[in-house]
Amino acid sequence: MTTAAPNYELIQQDGLDTGLLEVSMGPHHPSTHGVFRMDVKLDGETVVDLKPVFGYLHRNHEKLAENMSYLASMPFADRLDYFNSMTNNWAYALAAEQLVEVEVPERAEYLRVIMAELTRLVNHVSLVGFFVNDLGALGTPLLYAFREREKILDLFEQASGARMMCNYFRFGGLRNDVPEGWLDRTREVVDRFPAFLDEYEQLLCENEIILSRTQGIGVMSRELAINAGITGPMLRASGEPYDLRKVDAYGIYDRFQFRVPYGEAGDCYDRFMVRMLEMRESIGILKQALANIPEGPIMGKMGKVFKPKPKEVYGRVEAPKGELGFYLIANGTPKPYRYRVRPPSFINLTTLRDMCLGQKVADAVIILGSIDIVLGEVDR
Amino acid sequence: MSTLSHEPLLAKFPEAQWDEAAGAVILPEGQARAIAEWLVEQGGDYCSNVTGVDYLEAEVKEKIKNEEGEEETVTRIEPGRIDVVYHIYSMRDRTGPLVLKQRTTRENATAKSLTPVWRSCELQEREVYDLFGVNFTGHPDQRRILMWDEFEGHPMRKDYAEPFDYEWEPTPHDEILEKHKKGKVIV
Repeated sequence: MTTAAPNYELIQQDGLDTGLLEVSMGPHHPSTHGVFRMDVKLDGETVVDLKPVFGYLHRNHEKLAENMSYLASMPFADRLDYFNSMTNNWAYALAAEQLVEVEVPERAEYLRVIMAELTRLVNHVSLVGFFVNDLGALGTPLLYAFREREKILDLFEQASGARMMCNYFRFGGLRNDVPEGWLDRTREVVDRFPAFLDEYEQLLCENEIILSRTQGIGVMSRELAINAGITGPMLRASGEPYDLRKVDAYGIYDRFQFRVPYGEAGDCYDRFMVRMLEMRESIGILKQALANIPEGPIMGKMGKVFKPKPKEVYGRVEAPKGELGFYLIANGTPKPYRYRVRPPSFINLTTLRDMCLGQKVADAVIILGSIDIVLGEVDR
Repeated sequence: MSTLSHEPLLAKFPEAQWDEAAGAVILPEGQARAIAEWLVEQGGDYCSNVTGVDYLEAEVKEKIKNEEGEEETVTRIEPGRIDVVYHIYSMRDRTGPLVLKQRTTRENATAKSLTPVWRSCELQEREVYDLFGVNFTGHPDQRRILMWDEFEGHPMRKDYAEPFDYEWEPTPHDEILEKHKKGKVIV
């Protein structure tokens, strides 16, 4: 099994050599989910070569964070993957908490799990909407998804004051406790979510157009996925049930019962289905967390100044898009000496070319949609 | 179940060093590829994170005991360097991480590309090349990735100085251009 990048051989029919067409898809293309460009070489409709080009949104997040205090980059971490600010916060907090000894209180751990799983619902439900949008079902499924997303964003707003840029986590706990009645409202949203999922699955999962457009498209083998560092639902769709919530069991994930859905074929349909099934598991985790959440403090005991001793740490969480890691080097000052984000959607783009070669150009759009990229995180 | 750890690696490759403070294996020059291939056989099939760290030349004060047994403070100069850091996990055994570091000088920064061993290094090593200016020998497609191709310098280096205006370029036209040629307009 070779994992090197493949090459496409030009098809010559009846000795006729048709010229290649070079198309620049993006940076302003509706299917690229932001400012992302694919330099595609086409033989008729078939993709012969593809180069992803990005960096249009680059703002050198890492350099900025190295020039401010540890906590000051917490709200800035929201802007990485702006769909999932809660899990970005968690990954950063998890890394920074390894630098100092601090125990996160029980209630904060539960709230962190609740926020992360709500975020996963938000991400997956809108991803499925966008994915079907890319397939040509313009608008309607996406609006169904956004209707549900809105309910969860309302919960985020009630807890943290912001819909998307939540800035809710702190080293050693959370910024503030949730307001009164918030848990009941969350229970209500969580209880109603499966009914929506049933409807959504009924509409989409066995839809003939979706089946014929996604099955067997953009296949990625398990060996290639592991070697190329693909993580998250992409990896699991290729048949490797590697979920950091199970492997690392960070936070209190070892207390919850949930299954890790994984695919077999590694095509676009599997990636779509893995996300659908993960939402069901997230609802299961949310129900368990909401039933067992204790009362208590939400911040651990820490010094007022965050000034860790020299140390190198790497903290990672299972973000909705894959493994989100933070690599921090402390040197005894209030600023990190090195601050590095390991962005999942950036690394998941490694195999975009491999998956697209030999496919039709319309399928390249779906394959990109199934990777689930957010350019705020890819470009940083 | 085997665990991914530095001890078997150090036994197999005695030239590799163990950095206790950082918890990382310093790869010897020229053996990085061989060690990476050996690690894959041991189950280190997943390279999660690749990045660079820039250290400027620094004065380090150390307390040492001299020959007469007295403590004295010595100042020595630690030369600048760039580390390329790899975090290796085992997806097979669900263990890790093992941290590897390639060390190189700041002036002529080169490192061995590990992309042929782990494809996940492909974009990340390009990023290290782009932002730190480390040349990876054996990388299949080494180009700038986040900055534009014409960009000069490597912004993640600690001594990088920002230009006054990135986008500024003198583009005079017509009359202004004529005046500009005569030195009457300062653009």
